[in-house]
Amino acid sequence: MSERNHNPLDLVQIRAKLDSDAGQRFWRGLEELAGTQNCADSLDHEFPRDPAKEPREPGALSRRDVLKLMSASAAFAGLTACTKLPTEKIVPYVTPPEEIIPGKPLYYASTMPFGGFGAGVVVESHMGRPTKIEGNPDHPASLGAADLFAQASVLTLYDPDRSKVVISSGRIGSWSDFLAVADQARQKHLANKGAGLRILTETISSPTLADQLRTVLAQFPMAKWHQYEPCGRDTVREGARLAFGEYVNTYYRLDRADVILSLDANFLCYGPGAVRYARDFSDRRRITGPDSTMNRLYVVESMLTSTGATADHRLRLRSSAVEALARSVAIGLGVQGIALVGARPNVPADWIPALLRDLQAHRGASLVIAGEQQPPAVHGLAHAINDALGNVGKTVVYTAPVEAAPCDQMQSLRDLVADIEAGHVETLVILGSNPLYTAPPDLDFGSKLLKVPLRIHLGLYDNETAQYCHWHIPEAHYLESWGDARAYDGTASIIQPLIAPLYDGKSAHELVALLLGHSGALPHDIVRDYWLGQKLVKEEAFEAAWESWLEKGVIPGTAFPPKPLNSGVAAAHISPGAQPNNSGSLEIGFRPDPSIWDGRFANNGWLQELPKPFTKLTWDNVALVSPRTAERQKLANEDVVELRYAGRSVRAPVFVMPGHADDSVTVHLGFGRRRAGAIGTGVGFDAYAIRPSNTPWIGTGLEISKTGERYHLVTTQVHHAIRQDGHEVEEESVTAEKRGLMRVATLAEFRQNPSFAADPEEEKSRDLTLYPNYPYNGYAWGISIDLNSCIGCNACVIACQSENNISVVGKTEVDAARDMQWLRVDTYYHGDLDDPSAYNEVVMCMQCENAPCELVCPVGATVHSPEGLNEMIYNRCVGTRYCSNNCPYKVRRFNFKLYSDWTTPSLYGLRNPNVTVRSRGVMEKCTYCIQRINAKKIQAELEDRQVRDGEIVTACQQTCPTQAIVFGNINDPNSRVAKLKGQSRDYSLLLDLNTRPRTTYLAKLRNPNPEIKE
Amino acid sequence: MAQIFHRSTNTLSRLSIYGAVFIMAALSWVAWQVEQSAYFTDVNVAREQPIPFSHEHHAAQLGIDCRYCHTSVEQSSFAGIPATHTCMSCHSQMWVKSAMLEPVRASYSSGESIEWTRVNALPDFVYFNHSIHVKKGIGCTTCHGPIGAMPITWRAESLYMRWCINCHNHPELYVRRRADVFKALYTPPSNQLELGRELVKEYKIQPPHQITDCYTCHR
Repeated sequence: MSERNHNPLDLVQIRAKLDSDAGQRFWRGLEELAGTQNCADSLDHEFPRDPAKEPREPGALSRRDVLKLMSASAAFAGLTACTKLPTEKIVPYVTPPEEIIPGKPLYYASTMPFGGFGAGVVVESHMGRPTKIEGNPDHPASLGAADLFAQASVLTLYDPDRSKVVISSGRIGSWSDFLAVADQARQKHLANKGAGLRILTETISSPTLADQLRTVLAQFPMAKWHQYEPCGRDTVREGARLAFGEYVNTYYRLDRADVILSLDANFLCYGPGAVRYARDFSDRRRITGPDSTMNRLYVVESMLTSTGATADHRLRLRSSAVEALARSVAIGLGVQGIALVGARPNVPADWIPALLRDLQAHRGASLVIAGEQQPPAVHGLAHAINDALGNVGKTVVYTAPVEAAPCDQMQSLRDLVADIEAGHVETLVILGSNPLYTAPPDLDFGSKLLKVPLRIHLGLYDNETAQYCHWHIPEAHYLESWGDARAYDGTASIIQPLIAPLYDGKSAHELVALLLGHSGALPHDIVRDYWLGQKLVKEEAFEAAWESWLEKGVIPGTAFPPKPLNSGVAAAHISPGAQPNNSGSLEIGFRPDPSIWDGRFANNGWLQELPKPFTKLTWDNVALVSPRTAERQKLANEDVVELRYAGRSVRAPVFVMPGHADDSVTVHLGFGRRRAGAIGTGVGFDAYAIRPSNTPWIGTGLEISKTGERYHLVTTQVHHAIRQDGHEVEEESVTAEKRGLMRVATLAEFRQNPSFAADPEEEKSRDLTLYPNYPYNGYAWGISIDLNSCIGCNACVIACQSENNISVVGKTEVDAARDMQWLRVDTYYHGDLDDPSAYNEVVMCMQCENAPCELVCPVGATVHSPEGLNEMIYNRCVGTRYCSNNCPYKVRRFNFKLYSDWTTPSLYGLRNPNVTVRSRGVMEKCTYCIQRINAKKIQAELEDRQVRDGEIVTACQQTCPTQAIVFGNINDPNSRVAKLKGQSRDYSLLLDLNTRPRTTYLAKLRNPNPEIKE
Repeated sequence: MAQIFHRSTNTLSRLSIYGAVFIMAALSWVAWQVEQSAYFTDVNVAREQPIPFSHEHHAAQLGIDCRYCHTSVEQSSFAGIPATHTCMSCHSQMWVKSAMLEPVRASYSSGESIEWTRVNALPDFVYFNHSIHVKKGIGCTTCHGPIGAMPITWRAESLYMRWCINCHNHPELYVRRRADVFKALYTPPSNQLELGRELVKEYKIQPPHQITDCYTCHR
């Protein structure tokens, strides 16, 4: 694999090429600019690595030979079409549950706990099987949208690698034996007042679990509860403590903010409030016409993130220099007592003054957000700046902490390790976390852990930590057990299970109840009794209230009230962070992976295969560097380097990321798992191996050296690429020269010329055909995608995968451009190599009215529907791939192999029963979620009415946090989609081909500050 | 050296060469017949069931409405197979000692479902919806045959796609009044074509090009 065309990209040449275009060009990535063979193949061929053309070993049978030999068997194989349907059994209920109508899904509200915080979800259940996660419209952190982690969590539920049995010292144990051990430990600690009893959890916001743990601490006064979340919010908490002297929860009201400054914060895709923030943010810049207004976003960041790409002004800056910039901003706004520390960051001269004027002009409607990786001082500065701008109580809200027991978690883990070292720990109960993998190596958690006489681990997987514990108890997934959690604003909601534990898993509630001597207590009763005891409603009204909380998915009135902070911000206490701007040396930034987070989703195939934003890498993590740094260090993509930091080293492949800050390397955590399961074990490198406990996020002094080895990375950056310039044969067409796949303007330009993005009239004409136009008299389905709202968060990709039973193909198959996701997020860069603007474009089947694919199918497996859908009939498809070859948008996907797992029983439960599970040799593609269209159409006909606007939502639309995707009937002039398509920003992709796509785009707008020169 | 082939083989070879067309036609005819046969389609083949349930007795003689057991037929894609509980709503009172009903009582007391053999099955890539057919005036017997005359149940139609398409192309030949949909024995009136055309309009049955669209059933 690694021998294949390995010409390191010549960055100098690429730079020259970009300069010669005078910045007019949109480019998809470095490979395209360098004109690599791989990229050229991708442009010309739907499947660049045709199996027939792959080099073969001498003496091996060629594809042709195999075909010849197989012709006889093929003739007989034809007879297989005549097989009888197998005789099936049909198994009805004995006593049917009242609410189940076979064939109709039920929807239940629940809550997904993630990083300690709750996100409201609605789960679709087919005959008791949860199959799909959606956002809960009634939950403040969701408003109906769900992020990619929530979408993918249903696959974790059915993961065949989940731990299934109690493990005792490496052997299969039993729950009853464990009960005896637990009781013994309890008796011992009752006698010694809990001395030596330690409980380690991740961040806990669950009111019930916290209450239980407090009861444990009361019963065992010498016991201790430690918390450690590897990608937690220590900096946020400590920042608040710096500013206010106490732990305070901060949340933002982006629906009130006109000018936003992000200090290395990827707030649209990261953190407990991200889904809500993305919605509020995009609502504030939704365009209906030239009179519409937009908020303005300034982002200072090192690595290119979705938030950075959405920004109107993005400043590329090393993470360690952000504090100095924050200080200059604070001083510029007149915050008292702030000292300028470190070298002045290298910022364009007009940038900060213009920013300051903009912020000051929007006092009370501006907002400064500090990133979770930034040190506490930057968070303190953000609080001081927001205070100085009068934003507190308007765009910034302070409340009591959402975490049940806020603390400095790194210190908490250190204390635990110190106690173990001192021999004070006799019983360690680890609830849910995986510290053996995630703890900073300088704490040497692994070897310390072995000193604890009794180690008990509760987890979804038999993972690294489980292996080192005496007892491992399989944990119940959140879809399997009761619980509760609080959202970013304190709103509490109940975790309602959808299915009984598949493997007899236990919840943390049950394990803690054991410590309290309540063996056999049911999680439902524990949670319910806690809320009964809260007396939110009168006791006789509780049953009804409880039912309504479960139905709604939120407990009303539990959001924390704004907390008055009389003391104001103690700006003077904000001493410089640990890392002064040491500009001479390389910086390293650690971040949770955008797909598999801190490693907890490492065994989730959907997330592993999901192309990460901008790099479009799948199945790996890398050391991200800027083009300039790569040149300086003589690095190229796929070079394996040794990263030496804080006395430790790890080997990592390099990937050059345009827009990354210079002299800085970003690595993502969560990979290099040693015991994750069949999917996740051994994928990527373990960045935790060099992550020190004192600077867990950002540090300087990284040393990097080439090893001379290479490692093959798989990125979908150039897969399914559309030619942006005219193809040679189309030279007669003027418009083919510049096809405008991505159309962008500033707000000012848009106001001057509202139809800047419009397609030429002659291309829009419906008369470019010799045949009479087909009359679409009934419904005519269409989608409008607002590129001005899209933030490229990838939630739609996973939503589509989950809804449509799309299979995972693995790294080698992705390398051959055989990735199966029906929906892809294309990235286009514009401008300079070092500091480009980046734009995202969601591309799925365009459902062309003049579909090129339909004409070439020899068996009529892809045909046109009277409602304008371009249908793909799997059972008719014989796999010629002609359709895909003829698709200019490259949105068709072919099952080269039997990618769907047809044999693992646990995965049967996962599948959407209303979508065919495709087999080998079959073409597939986006259907606009035909199963949802048909279900609603039938429902409407049963009720003798037309389908209402907004009644049918596609899976991508439903989960989109920014509501960028709108589906509907374009024949109804009052429908949302028809109105959107009527906007002057509406344009089609490749209209010069006269395909008349039903999916159209609304052009992207930016709202730059006129005082800042680009 | 002796001839390997006898003279008569010449005739045979000539016959097979000149008769190729006929032989192929005959083979095709045989294949066609096999495909149509009960062996392939299971049409008119009574299936063995754990309990010899008689639709003739329950639906026709006793007059129990189809929907008493097939409860979801008007709301869902799936008509529903009655739970043991449904059987026991009568059979806890009558025929309580019947040996034939022993599996029902066993199921009810043990909580183990009765495993029926499926009679009418479609391939997994076909998404049939009962509720919309019932709503549009397609009676049970149109597809399930004279169910009121079946002492044990068999498949009445091949359920092949061309059979489905036939009705989707000419619904007026099969549609009946909604009041008649659940009749266990039904003979179309002599003026079916006239009535059918009227009902197609009244029930807003979509035109053939809509309902023969592939996505109507496949997805």
